[in-house]
Amino acid sequence: MTLDRRDLDGRTRDDLLRAGLEADGVHLVRYADRWPLPGTRAERRAVRGVVTWLGLAALFGIGFFVVYLAWPYRYPADGYELYTPLLGITGGGCVLLLAVAVIRYSQRFLPEEVAVQERHDDPSGEFDRTTTSALVTDTVRRAGLPRRRLVIGMAGGVVAIPVLGTLLAAVGGLIRDPWRQPPADTVWHSGWYTTGERVFLRRDVGDPHKVELVRPADLDAGAIETVYPFRESDRGDPEKLAAVFDRGDTPAILIRLRPGQKVDAKPGQDHDNVGEYYAFSKLCTHLGCPVSMFEQQTDRLVCPCHQSQFDVLQSCTPIFGPAARPLPQLPIAVDETTGSFYATGDFRQPVGPEFWELGWQ
Amino acid sequence: MKPSMRPRGELFTEGTASRALDERFHLAAGLRRQLSKVFPTHWSFLLGEIALYSFVVLLLTGTYLAFFFDPSLQQVTYDGTFATLRGMRMSRAFETTVDLSFDVRGGLFVRQIHHWAALLFMAAILVHMARIFLTGAFRKPREMNWVIGVTLFTLGMAEGFAGYSLPDDLLSGTGLRIMSGIAQSIPVIGTWLNWLIFGGEFPGDILNSRLYIAHVLLIPGIILALIAVHLAVVWYQKHTQFPGVSRTERNVVGVRIVPTFALHSGALFTGVVGVLGLMGGIFQINPVWNYGPYRPDQVSAGSQPDWYIGWLDGSARLMPDWPIVLFGQWRIPPVFWPTVVLPITLITTAALFPWIERWFTKDKARHNLLQRPRDVPVRSGLGAMAVTFVLVLLISGGNDVIAHVFDISLNATIWAGRIGLLILPPIAYTAVYRLCVGLQRRDRDVLEEGIETGVIRRTPEGDFIDLEQPLADHPLPYQGAKVPRRANALGLAGKPRPGSTLRPDPPEEVDQLAAARAEEAARWTRRSSST
Repeated sequence: MTLDRRDLDGRTRDDLLRAGLEADGVHLVRYADRWPLPGTRAERRAVRGVVTWLGLAALFGIGFFVVYLAWPYRYPADGYELYTPLLGITGGGCVLLLAVAVIRYSQRFLPEEVAVQERHDDPSGEFDRTTTSALVTDTVRRAGLPRRRLVIGMAGGVVAIPVLGTLLAAVGGLIRDPWRQPPADTVWHSGWYTTGERVFLRRDVGDPHKVELVRPADLDAGAIETVYPFRESDRGDPEKLAAVFDRGDTPAILIRLRPGQKVDAKPGQDHDNVGEYYAFSKLCTHLGCPVSMFEQQTDRLVCPCHQSQFDVLQSCTPIFGPAARPLPQLPIAVDETTGSFYATGDFRQPVGPEFWELGWQ
Repeated sequence: MKPSMRPRGELFTEGTASRALDERFHLAAGLRRQLSKVFPTHWSFLLGEIALYSFVVLLLTGTYLAFFFDPSLQQVTYDGTFATLRGMRMSRAFETTVDLSFDVRGGLFVRQIHHWAALLFMAAILVHMARIFLTGAFRKPREMNWVIGVTLFTLGMAEGFAGYSLPDDLLSGTGLRIMSGIAQSIPVIGTWLNWLIFGGEFPGDILNSRLYIAHVLLIPGIILALIAVHLAVVWYQKHTQFPGVSRTERNVVGVRIVPTFALHSGALFTGVVGVLGLMGGIFQINPVWNYGPYRPDQVSAGSQPDWYIGWLDGSARLMPDWPIVLFGQWRIPPVFWPTVVLPITLITTAALFPWIERWFTKDKARHNLLQRPRDVPVRSGLGAMAVTFVLVLLISGGNDVIAHVFDISLNATIWAGRIGLLILPPIAYTAVYRLCVGLQRRDRDVLEEGIETGVIRRTPEGDFIDLEQPLADHPLPYQGAKVPRRANALGLAGKPRPGSTLRPDPPEEVDQLAAARAEEAARWTRRSSST
C-alpha cells in the first residue's frame, strides 16, 4: 500500500475500495498496514522469520526429491525400512514448514483488518412472496391442474411405473434366494453336507493341494485342531481341494478331552463323539468369527472378536458374552479301513450367526 | 478517470485477460461481492475445513492407489518380494495391496497417508459437529446443514468401512464376516439381505468388486455433492459468530475472504497436508502383510476396527444373549439391537436434535449469534452424556486388549462396560451441568464484583481481604461474550518490549513504529467516517 500511494493518488484507490465495499454492505472498521515506517528492525526481523521458514521448507523439499529418487525402497534392500519414514519427514515436513511460513506471513504482513458485513437473512418481502405465489398459482390453474384430476392422477400413476421399474431392476438383479441355492449353500447346510460319500476330516498343512487326514493318535489329550471336509472324489481336483479353505461355513474344531472328562451331550447327540474326541463348528454363533482360543484349564472356547465363551463340557453351550446359541456339533466316527475320522453327517444345527428363520433352534 | 492514469496491474482494462473473461461472463460485480464477503474469525470455525482438506487428500491419494489396486477376489498364490507370504493363497486384492506396499516406489507412503487421512476426516467431522452442537449453531436457520453434516458423518462411516475392507486381509475380512452376520440379524429380511449383499453365502466372490465401486465412486460421489451443498449453504446463509464488541444478529464481524481468510485457509490446507504427510510416513498403519490374507477359519486376538466403527464393536460385545423368538418359528437375534437399532437410533436422534430442542425450548427465532456452552447447561450436559455413552462403547470395543494389558478378568471388563454404559452418561450429564452453572457464576462474579487481582490486604481489624478490580463503577450485565478472568487480560501487566532473541529494539524506533501504526489506523478511520 505504501508503494501504491507513491505511484498514484492514494485517495482514489481507497475511495474506490470503500465504494465497492459499501455497495456490498461491507464496512472496513479497521484497516491498517502493519509496517507504515519502512526499514525498521522489527520489519527486517519479520521478513527474516518468513524467509527462514521458507528456506527450511525448501531444504526439506530437496531432501524429499533426493530420498524419493535415491534411497533404496525395494524390500529387502538395506535401509528400505527407512524409505517411507524419510519420505514422511522430508515431504510432510516440507509442506508443514510451508504452512508455518504462510501463517507467519499472514500474521506479520497482511494489513490488520476488522470488517463488518450486514446480513440480509430476513424472510422475503411482501412483494416477492405474493408475486411468486401468484406465479405458481397461475401456472397450476392455467395448466388446468384442478380441472384435470383424472388426467393428472393417471399421469402420476403412469410416471410411477418406470420409476418403480427402474428401482426394481436396480435391486432385482442383486437378489439371490437364500433358500433355492444348491443344498450346501443355504444356511441350513455347510460344506460337510452328505451325499452318501464319506466326508473325512482333513487338516490344513499349508499346501491346499496336499491332503492329510486326521487320526485319533494325532491329537494329544487336551489338544484341539481345525478340520475341513474331504471327499475322495475331490482328490484329483485342485480347485475343489483348495475351495474347502475358502468356504465360510466349513471350519470345525476337533477336540480331544483329557482323560476322565465327560461332556453333557445334548439330547440325541450322545453318539456324535468318538470316545474323548468331539467336533464342533468353529464359527461363533454370535457373528461368525472363528472361535479360535481354547482355554485348556477351564475347557472353554473363547471367540476373540466379541468374547463369547463356550463350555466344551456342556456341548459348547455359551456361558458368557453375547452369543446365545451353542456351537453346532459335528457327528464323527472313525473309518475302519483308514483309521481316519469322518463325519457321519452335517452339523446338527446351522452354523454361524443367528437369523430370522432360525426360530427356536 | 482516463485509462492512461491506471498503472500496470489494473484489472478489466482493454486488452487484459480479465477484460476478456468479463466480456464473456460479466464477472466484475459478482467477483467483487464474493471477494469482499466477510467471514468471522475464530479458530473453532476452521474445524470443518480440516475435514474438507482431509477429503481432498483422500481423493488424490485414493486415485493414485487405484492405479495399482485390483479388487478381485480371484485366488492366486503369492510369489512377490515379501518373503514371509511367498507361496500363500490369497486374493488378487490382497496381493496387489502387498505389491503396492513393497514394490511401488512410495506406494506404502501414499497408502498410509490415505488411511490416516480417513481417520482425520472422521475425527475432524466429529469435533466440528461437537462445536456446532455445543454452541447451538444448528439452530434456525441452519437446521438443514446440521442434517447434511450428520449424513456426511454416516456416509463417512460407510466409506471408511468399505475402504479398509478392500485389501481382503485377515482383519478386514473378519470385519466383513461380522457385517454379514449383522445384515443377517435383521428381522424378516436378514437372510435375503445377506445373500443380496454377498451374492450368495458368505464370503462369495463378488463382494470386493461391489465394495470397490461403492468406495471409489458411489459413496465419495454423494459425499462430494453433499460437501458442495454444505459449503454453499454456509456461504449463502453467512457464518455464525460469537457475541462480542459490535457483533449483532444482523451483521458479521471478521475479515474479508481476500486476503486474510483465504491465506488462513490456504495455510490450514497446507498444514493438514503436511501433518498427514508426516503421519503417513512415520506412523505405520494397517500393516496388512502382518495380518495375512483373509481366511474364514482364522482370526487373531485384538481384532479391532477403526475407531469410527469401533464403538459398534463395543456395543456388540456388551449386549447380553437375549434372543426373542416369535411363535417358536421366528427369531430376532440379540445382535440386532446393538448393531442395527442402536446406531440408527443414535444417528436419527442426532439428525433430529434441532427440532427436538426447539420442541422443548419453544425457541422459533433465527440465530446468528452463537451460545457459549456454559450458557446452555442442559444441551452441554446432553453432549457430554452422548460422548460418554459412545466412549464407553469404544473402550469396550477394546476390552480384550485392556484385560490382557492390565491383567484384568475379561468378563469383569464386559461387566464394567455394561454397568458403565448405564450409569456413566447420567453422571457425565450432572457433572457437566454443574460445571456450566459454576462457570456462569464465575462470569457473573467478575461482571458484578471485578477481577481477582491476587493482592491480599490485611484490614486494621485483622481480617484478610482479597482485592478485586471492578470492570466498571456499576455491575455489568452478562451478554453472552467471553469475560476477562485475570488482571493480565485488562492489560495491567503491560506489554513486552519487542526485539530479537539477543537484544531489544531501540526504544525510539519502537515508539515511532507504534505511533506510525496508530496514525495509519486513525487515517483509515477518519477517511471512512468522512465519506
